[in-house]
Amino acid sequence: MATDIIIHDEKDNVGVVVIEKIAPKQDCSCWVMENDKTVSIQSADEIPLGHKIAMTDLNEGDTIIKYGHDIGKVVKSIKKGEHVHVHNVKTKKW
Amino acid sequence: MEIPKSFLGYKRENGRAGTRNHVIILPVDDISNACAEAVANNIKGTIALPHSYGRLQFGADLELHFRTMIGTAKNPNVAAAIIIGIEPKWTKRIVDEVAKTGKPVEGFSIEGAGDIETIMKASKKAQEFSMWASEKQREECLISDLWISVKCGESDTTSGLASNPTVGNLMDKLEPLGVHLCFGETSELTGAETVCEKRGKTPEAQEKFKKTWNEYNDFILKEATDDLSESQPTAGNIAGGLTTIEEKAFGNFQKIGSRQFVDVLTPAEEPQKGPGLYFMDTSSAAAECVTLQAAGGFNIHLFPTGQGNIIGNPIEPVVKLTANPLTAVKMSEHIDCDVSKILSREMNLDQAGDELIKATLRAANGRLTCAEALGHREFVMTKLYRSA
Repeated sequence: MATDIIIHDEKDNVGVVVIEKIAPKQDCSCWVMENDKTVSIQSADEIPLGHKIAMTDLNEGDTIIKYGHDIGKVVKSIKKGEHVHVHNVKTKKW
Repeated sequence: MEIPKSFLGYKRENGRAGTRNHVIILPVDDISNACAEAVANNIKGTIALPHSYGRLQFGADLELHFRTMIGTAKNPNVAAAIIIGIEPKWTKRIVDEVAKTGKPVEGFSIEGAGDIETIMKASKKAQEFSMWASEKQREECLISDLWISVKCGESDTTSGLASNPTVGNLMDKLEPLGVHLCFGETSELTGAETVCEKRGKTPEAQEKFKKTWNEYNDFILKEATDDLSESQPTAGNIAGGLTTIEEKAFGNFQKIGSRQFVDVLTPAEEPQKGPGLYFMDTSSAAAECVTLQAAGGFNIHLFPTGQGNIIGNPIEPVVKLTANPLTAVKMSEHIDCDVSKILSREMNLDQAGDELIKATLRAANGRLTCAEALGHREFVMTKLYRSA
């Protein structure tokens, strides 16, 4: 089955879209690179290539994990399947 | 895949091995470029390495200039070197250091002689060096004679997802065989600096990394008009899906796989602690970074790119890989290793790492890289501050 989303590390709570875009309510196949497993998710938003999707519900203040590491904090709660980007996640650096 | 134990390289007088057999004409300073280029034009089989600096530099900036000049000529990809400078003293300092490797090297200074006489004398010596070097044959060298540097550029999400981890996979496979490895890009590790620090093999290496990164960050805070939040990630990065500077940094960080670094090098410094991974304090500008790594003695470079960086180096072959399927097609003349099948899951990381090892060894054995075939010879000095 074609891969729509790649998840880098088993611990990650976001995946990256690797097809041109996914449509709302699309059933997507996700490949977890670290352990070569396949999981599935239904999208909530339209998400373009290279952008992230939430693999779980996330609350304000939660940490986004990608590559198995902290890449920023949730500033607006995110539902599973929604688009994760600058509108709901910020750096912890500044 | 069983990894080959050897490659075909040029054995040098000091025990190192080269993947190339260049005779270089190296100007000490900007005003000696014309002379160096004239000599390289006269004598076939030589290349001039013109650059923009070398006058009225002082302190740490001058020392870095010398380290870069000396390291470039010492690199095992260089069979022999002609050094041309305006004044004899600085020229001699470089010649004396390079001579310690045992390779043929001769210096010429222009002051009091003029360009034409210098070109004539240097050309005669260059002809002798070029004809001598042309008889050198490739011999079987241990894979541990490879010193591999890495740096990524024009990155996008495919870099962090696939092409950088491919380089990491290669590092994980080759480090146990005794190769030297080097990553740099102090600035682009911002956001991952505490995790990177913990990858130091010893407390000393960790402390050195922390100090190096803090010094860089202090400099940025002093010079910057804002906190970089407007420029990192860039607008292009954000359009491509990168959200935070941490995300960008961890994508970059995938290049070292699960390796630990044994030491932290100053720019253009040669590793002294044996095989393994080194971090070098470098700019993230591609040509500056590769020039410094080549001056540190690295003899082959791996360059993952997303949107398609085209950089090359005059003495260190640059092997490019991409996981971006569009770049692999639209810029195919720049891509030595296409790993875009990772994204469609037709290739896993293990297979991609093997493909990159094969491409690296082909280049090490003498196959021209795309950048070499296209004539990319970016030789760019790192300048620490303005000259006197």
